[in-house]
Amino acid sequence: MAELKLNNNDAQIELAESAEYSDTIGKKLKIFWRRFRKNKLAVISLFMLIFLYMVAIFAPLIAPYDPDGTADDVMMADMAPSFHSYQSDVTGEMKTYAPNYFGRDELGRDVFSRCVYAGRISLTVGFVSVAIFITIGTVWGCIAGYYGGIVDNIMMRIVDAIMSIPTMPLLITVMALFKPSIYNVMIVLGLTGWTGIARFVRAEFLSLMKRDYVEAARCIGARDRRIIFSHVLPNAVAPIIVAATMGMASAILSESGLSFFGLGVQPPTASWGNMLMNAQELSTMVEAPWKAFYPGMLIFITVLSFNFVGDALRDALDPRLKQ
Amino acid sequence: MEKLLDIRNLRTYFYTEDGVVPAVDGVSFYIKPGETLGVVGESGCGKSVTSISTLRLVPNPPGKIMEGSEIIFEGTDLLKLSEAEMRKIRGNKISMIFQEPMTSLNPVFRIGDQIAEVLLLHQGLNKAEAREKAIEMLKLVGIPRPEKVVDDYPHSLSGGMRQRVMIAMALACNPRLLIADEPTTALDVTVQAQILDLMNDLKKKVNAAVMLITHNLGVVAESCDRVVVMYAGKVVEEGDVYSIFEDPKHPYTVGLLKSMPSAVGGQDKLDSIPGVVPNPLNLPKGCRFAPRCNKAMDICREKQPGLTVLGEERTVRCFLYNREDGVK
Repeated sequence: MAELKLNNNDAQIELAESAEYSDTIGKKLKIFWRRFRKNKLAVISLFMLIFLYMVAIFAPLIAPYDPDGTADDVMMADMAPSFHSYQSDVTGEMKTYAPNYFGRDELGRDVFSRCVYAGRISLTVGFVSVAIFITIGTVWGCIAGYYGGIVDNIMMRIVDAIMSIPTMPLLITVMALFKPSIYNVMIVLGLTGWTGIARFVRAEFLSLMKRDYVEAARCIGARDRRIIFSHVLPNAVAPIIVAATMGMASAILSESGLSFFGLGVQPPTASWGNMLMNAQELSTMVEAPWKAFYPGMLIFITVLSFNFVGDALRDALDPRLKQ
Repeated sequence: MEKLLDIRNLRTYFYTEDGVVPAVDGVSFYIKPGETLGVVGESGCGKSVTSISTLRLVPNPPGKIMEGSEIIFEGTDLLKLSEAEMRKIRGNKISMIFQEPMTSLNPVFRIGDQIAEVLLLHQGLNKAEAREKAIEMLKLVGIPRPEKVVDDYPHSLSGGMRQRVMIAMALACNPRLLIADEPTTALDVTVQAQILDLMNDLKKKVNAAVMLITHNLGVVAESCDRVVVMYAGKVVEEGDVYSIFEDPKHPYTVGLLKSMPSAVGGQDKLDSIPGVVPNPLNLPKGCRFAPRCNKAMDICREKQPGLTVLGEERTVRCFLYNREDGVK
């Protein structure tokens, strides 16, 4: 095979790479990144998400105040945002206070610190519940799609049944029955969210099962389990990653929703959702809008970023869109 | 000589919404150790279904191998084995090469891992040994730089190369029988001959028998010892390759041979067999070839012809050779 000269033309590099003999994971990543990079919005979103996760991880270093610590003086409640540090002697001695970037809430807690710590909760809930529902949904879809026939029929009818239950009322009922806590939120979101993935993986299996290499795997005497998990599933990984990314956005939204109704993460632990709940009186919007604005904005940015990244991943990973 | 594979009265039916399709309807033939048997026929005549029935991989439902069929391999009836025992035969004693090399390798596996898989499953080798053996197999099928290719993914290989890899995979465990389902159809003409030569060479080396399924008579002439001609789910003629080419008996075989382009003598136009393969849901009452046959007689449209033995290893299913004998 003649060596193709590489230049900055993307198409030519791709051609050369797919035709050349060597092929490493690194090169695959390079090709993937080249496609992903074309979507500028997604790249910004990706960095945004990385930034948010870093902030969550390093929360104690970033937050200037204890997120649950009330102010030293009642006068400090609902203080407006400011970028200046200030001094006060309300405790009897002169003390310097760090700036309240996002202001203070009705108990005088620093909204910025609360937002930073709440990010830990919200992002963890998203991550863990997605991990749970991807696992359940993938295994469910694999089995239904692989065995087909009556097994498929029964399993998918169960999925249909679960899908026809409205999620929010179900979540509210379940959370009311059990003690509302961050762990229960993760488990409940995980146990209710998997149906979409199951359908998706099943559909993917139905089409992949017709490939010759699956027949070839049978011909060499491979067991069902091996065919499902080593031969077929790796070919369905790209759409699962996309679904997981999108699922992350919806899990964070659901968590916020539950917390807003007071059925999710319990105060004083902050989550973006329950910070919104705290700020729900009409007077807040007039007198201290920052209590609602910042957590709301963070939910909005996070969900939007996940969706943009999910879209771009689909475009970059889908082999059918290869030029 | 003893028979390696003896298929007796194989019937594989598919139960579709429109009715029962008898894709393979009472097929019997055998393969001796080390020989190459060509199974010839038009698309849809049941060649491929016969081969997947042999490995018991007919999708069920809708397909079903009917009661009374026997597939005897080295003395045991494969249809009576458990699924676990069958798995030990697939890839080990009987292996298969597919038509489409582009799609029969899993795109997410390295070449070496795909060959190693069959060795890990059947030969009890460890990973390092399997890799060594995979490189050795790649060398055997004539792939350049096998130490490098073993770590490549399938998409970096050409169709001919991939078919070589498939052959390496199929022969890795020294099978007794290799089923090749139109192994050269999807390849360039120049590569076809190379692949056939390679198969014939290696088959002798490992002393395997080959069931070569094809609709290409040139391929048959080049590599087969004996030929089975199938039409609409039935064997219509069987014989050694010389007698089939020199002295075809069944009008269908005659038609097939006539419709082959010849290298000598400039033909203006290729002969073809008039008509189309009958709809398997609505087969003719008598001989299945009768509607297209230029020698059809009244009896052909009324009764199904039985097999007539013409000589040693030479049979034909046609009333021209035995007018009295007819089934149903």
